[in-house]
Amino acid sequence: MKLTRLFERGEFVITAEVGPPKGFHINHLVDEINTYLKGRVSAVNVTDNQSSVMRLGSLATCKVLQDQGLTTIFQLTCRDRNRIALQSDVLSAALLGIENLLLLTGDHTTLGDNPQAKPVFDLDSVSLLHMVRKLEQGEDLAGNPLEGEPPSFAKGAVVSPCSDSVDAQLIKMEQKVKAGAEYFQTQAVYEPEKFIKFMEKAKQFGVPVMLGIVIPKSAGMAKFMNENVAGITVPAHMIEELKKNKEKTKAGITGVEISARIIKECKDYCQGVHIMALGWESKIPDLLDLACL
Amino acid sequence: MLITQLKSKEAIADLIKGKTFIINCHGCKEVYFPEYEADKIQKELSADGDIIENITRDYICSTDNLHVQLKKFMDKIQEADTILVFSCGVGVQTLARFLEDKRVYSGCDTYPLPGIQGVTPMEFDCGHCGECYLNYTGGICPITACSKSLVNGQCGGSKKGKCEVDKDMECGWERIYRKLEKLKKLNTLNYPVKIRNYQLPFDELPKDV
Repeated sequence: MKLTRLFERGEFVITAEVGPPKGFHINHLVDEINTYLKGRVSAVNVTDNQSSVMRLGSLATCKVLQDQGLTTIFQLTCRDRNRIALQSDVLSAALLGIENLLLLTGDHTTLGDNPQAKPVFDLDSVSLLHMVRKLEQGEDLAGNPLEGEPPSFAKGAVVSPCSDSVDAQLIKMEQKVKAGAEYFQTQAVYEPEKFIKFMEKAKQFGVPVMLGIVIPKSAGMAKFMNENVAGITVPAHMIEELKKNKEKTKAGITGVEISARIIKECKDYCQGVHIMALGWESKIPDLLDLACL
Repeated sequence: MLITQLKSKEAIADLIKGKTFIINCHGCKEVYFPEYEADKIQKELSADGDIIENITRDYICSTDNLHVQLKKFMDKIQEADTILVFSCGVGVQTLARFLEDKRVYSGCDTYPLPGIQGVTPMEFDCGHCGECYLNYTGGICPITACSKSLVNGQCGGSKKGKCEVDKDMECGWERIYRKLEKLKKLNTLNYPVKIRNYQLPFDELPKDV
């Protein structure tokens, strides 16, 4: 099922992100998804060597999850593949019945666990969207015709609404829309006022935006993100809240409460929620209950 | 060695907006500069466009040298709407920074050739990509100023204006946005999607000569 069809029907769309393991045994991941996500989310994002840490591939993981009856979103970055490999993998996704893509530039190789690797970046998020649109029109990036019926996807992209250079983000968002982006998932939001302000400007593009949520696990994690993660600022009062009752925070209750509050404040301004649980997939059902979704 | 190749006549004519001041650089012998062709195109363009001055200098990539060489032309430069530079990518970037409030455009694309790279200072770098982007990016090179050499705008990795790869390095695209905002030229980024061409025209040259 294409995500774009759900937006067209006016649904408030919920997706969750999972990261493949470092190894090829995925029974545990499949069990977790079947227990906590199946029936609660419309689709599952599968990350592409997230944070430049080498893992099991996104495409193969998507295929296994599709076989379990789940709808998947194949995340594809420009870090590790040139345009030949990117186009080939997109065609492979079509063959495997994957209908949703999330197209990103990707983190730099030096941030991951194989920092010696060559960073590719032959294309970037904008030209990658353009590339997929060309494949959908029946030709490759160089203009050579494809054989048979061309593939068709719901093409997603990302945007960082609370970035300290939000105007630059809006310019890039417009470029992505022009290049074919049909929906957006955002970086984690902890400042609803900033998100709402962003959406007031972003709504001119007429493309659905899904609010990004990362459940805060501890005050330490919040501070780490403030120092190191682009586009994220966890306000001081939230860090205090996480500090106040250590047991409650450790059990995930504080993080779920904070996340549910953010969703409720932003819900009327966006078209869906994208939850990046980072291993806390088990908390997603409680979060959705508390956010009345 | 470098080769600076002229952009097409149409592309150069497009850059001439209002009063235009042309600067050629015949600097280092390591750069092959198409003197005759440049002179011919500039003469043809003078017939249609408002070229207020046309000068030839050397080593404009050296900031100190550039200041001295341009001193007596500064009044005319201030009067100009566009500064059109015919040099390698380093020369254009040096001028773009020196003349911060001016639209500084490049009339050339710079290609690499094997051998010594000349005596350009390390302050600015030219990636010799052969499809100069400086005219879209306010004279700041996205190939060398961005860790990922992105050509369609900033990635999501910049934090407090710094690059995700190195917290001491300014995000190149942040600098580009700021410069274009100052020049009121942010709309140049709305050009069609840019895709780099890694096939250089000299690829067919034998590699073992």
